[in-house]
Amino acid sequence: MSITKDAFETQVLGLLGRLQGVAMRLTRNEADAEDLVAETITRAWRARDSLATPDAFRAWIFRILNNTFISDRRRIAVRGQIEPLTDSETEDDHPFSMFERLHQPFLLWFGNPEQEFLDKLLREDVERALAALPERYRVVVVLADVEELKYAEIADALQIPIGTVRSRLARARAALQELLWALARDRGLATPRAPTR
Amino acid sequence: MDVNEIDCKQALKRMLDFIDRELVDEDREAVERHLQTCRSCCSRMEFERELKRRLQALSSADVPSKTLDRIKALIQGF
Repeated sequence: MSITKDAFETQVLGLLGRLQGVAMRLTRNEADAEDLVAETITRAWRARDSLATPDAFRAWIFRILNNTFISDRRRIAVRGQIEPLTDSETEDDHPFSMFERLHQPFLLWFGNPEQEFLDKLLREDVERALAALPERYRVVVVLADVEELKYAEIADALQIPIGTVRSRLARARAALQELLWALARDRGLATPRAPTR
Repeated sequence: MDVNEIDCKQALKRMLDFIDRELVDEDREAVERHLQTCRSCCSRMEFERELKRRLQALSSADVPSKTLDRIKALIQGF
């Protein structure tokens, strides 16, 4: 038996802020984000028979959101400007780490440069770094870290294996840290130093 | 080394899964035990966790009232 309109509305309104948030980070434009959310909800209602259980609603509707975004983008984008969505890069043995550039083991009890660095990071720094990520990385970081979906939900939403979620998320976080580090250096918060390991 | 104990390299490999609460049972407990005895790994875990909190803080449940009205009207029209 498919979901009732009342139950559908309750679920949608409960997730609306998060849908809008993810849409905003995909489209980077408030009006487009609102249109994407509206289109997603319309498609979700039409496809309501495909919802397996009420518990699966969150992953299910994020999947529809992602698919809607991709199909809308393909419809309007010029060929050649679309980023590849596959992980064709080889595994990086030593991904970028801000911690390794900040940590000073000999300080022990006398300071915490890593925490001091984080204390100086502004919300807008994090927003800017996130917005600058390539789309395939931005999507996983938004779903995992901003919206706190579980790996299995992200795998379902993006229709990729859990192993790919894990590896893409690791690369995405390294890329985000590299962007944050560059922003921090520009503001004079970080001194370039060789990593400790 | 006890077969249930892990070293820093193994802890680092599992760290993101640990912070994401994707590790269960023995794997989680092995990381927890290592963090209790290794200051460097513990510092790193705290740093990565704090960074994740900064990202979590970007999430907003606030929806502009015009968006809410638009979506309610949309669903009513289904």
